[in-house]
Amino acid sequence: MSLFSRKPKETASITYVSHTGASQTFDVPLGTSVMEGGVRNGVEEIVAECGGACICATCHVFVDEAYLPLLDAMEPGENEMLGNTLVKRRPNSRLSCQIQVTKSLDGMVVHTPEAQV
Amino acid sequence: MAAGVVIAGAGQAGFQAAFSLRTEGYAGPITLVGEEAGLPYQRPPLSKGCLHGKQELDEIDLRPAAFYEKQNITLRMGERILAIDRDARRVYLADGEGLEYEYLLLATGASNRRLAGPGALYLRTRQEAAMLLTELEAAERLVVVGGGFIGLEVAAAATALERKVTVVEPQERLMQRAVGPIISEYFRAMHVGHGVEFVFGEGCTEIDDDGAVRLTNGAVLPADMVVAGIGVTPRAELAVAAGLSVANGIVVDEYLRTADERIYAIGDCASFPSRFAGGMARLESVQNAVDQARCFAEAVCGRPRPYDAVPWFWTDQFEAKLQMVGISQGFDCEVTRGDIGAGKFSVCYFREGRLIAIDSVNRPADHLAGRKLIAHGGTTVTPEQAADVEFDLKAAAQYLV
Repeated sequence: MSLFSRKPKETASITYVSHTGASQTFDVPLGTSVMEGGVRNGVEEIVAECGGACICATCHVFVDEAYLPLLDAMEPGENEMLGNTLVKRRPNSRLSCQIQVTKSLDGMVVHTPEAQV
Repeated sequence: MAAGVVIAGAGQAGFQAAFSLRTEGYAGPITLVGEEAGLPYQRPPLSKGCLHGKQELDEIDLRPAAFYEKQNITLRMGERILAIDRDARRVYLADGEGLEYEYLLLATGASNRRLAGPGALYLRTRQEAAMLLTELEAAERLVVVGGGFIGLEVAAAATALERKVTVVEPQERLMQRAVGPIISEYFRAMHVGHGVEFVFGEGCTEIDDDGAVRLTNGAVLPADMVVAGIGVTPRAELAVAAGLSVANGIVVDEYLRTADERIYAIGDCASFPSRFAGGMARLESVQNAVDQARCFAEAVCGRPRPYDAVPWFWTDQFEAKLQMVGISQGFDCEVTRGDIGAGKFSVCYFREGRLIAIDSVNRPADHLAGRKLIAHGGTTVTPEQAADVEFDLKAAAQYLV
């Protein structure tokens, strides 16, 4: 027996589009974050200095409008941190470490800003 | 092969230096040498997400293997630099192989201080975290030696798993090196509220064969498992052997350079001049590792600038997210902002009228405003303003770049 059960290996497809329009799509395990899915697959536009603690604002993404209503509401900490991103926040800005991948997000597109640091 | 940059140490600082060298345009060879096998990984989750089952130990790599190939960064993991020949600008690996360098970066980190005898677990590496998780499965009673960040994060995680935890802290209050007494007391009370017990002012003299912990006052605490988080020692042995100056870390100037213009030191192992500390400082944090790595990369690429980043740090324990900015040691005035009872407040520290640090519990906006205010010398806010929640710290920081 282990202390924690392993995360399910089911995945959702997430597409990361850079500011130049370059697009990469990966199957990201459910329960992990959009940030983790990007970093593990080598999406260089997501920096994630703090590793997902919502304290560095270097995993900023713009979420495709169609998927915005499917996301959980922001915690106050994320909202504050978005005031600290290098590229100014927009209405569809989120920190990708705070977006947990669920089945309903399958097919989601996020756009990465020109720079994070 | 042309001599490039050799980086001793593949933790957060070493990794970031390699990465930043490429983003800054460095085209020469980069070799990252790390003692532990496997890819470079993040350490904060070892005492945070991984202890709460939110992250897996095999999922905390900083980047996948393909990243290093693409960036043309040579990884030498599971290897160790044993000596530096400064005249020849060459380092030697354990097997005798020599690597020439144009610049050598010492990012060797720190090692955990250990109790005098055996019997305790420690937490620094992925392997140690795996051992800790394994032992935690069967343990019912834990003794944690050391009421610092690591010890308290372990205590909180184990308590959340319904283990019985006692924390032994030789000093009179928690996290003494990093936070003020108001924060220490808040965290003590919060831990007690969750069932953690504390023994202050005593140390551990030895751990019996049955796991019981003997204290300096003669008391014996039964335990199935002992975890010690009692601070670190900077890894400076390479620098010492190479004749470089070492005093609580490898001594560097404001450009993070040692007395040898080809050798720099950054991260946990480096002692550097800091206006925030009012003297030499050695900081153990992701922020310091990352920002110093960038500063080093810029220097190598011909754009040297003095290192001057505001220190910040965080810890997660139970329902409290504590964010710290600045260095509070030496404050002569402290004011509380917000509601301690509601678990949302900040303590703002002043010295000679200047804001020098803010510790925020579940008030991220204060923390972020603090980064700007303190970077600018902390002269634009008074203690009266800081104590007034109606006063907008964020607005006060807004016109500061």
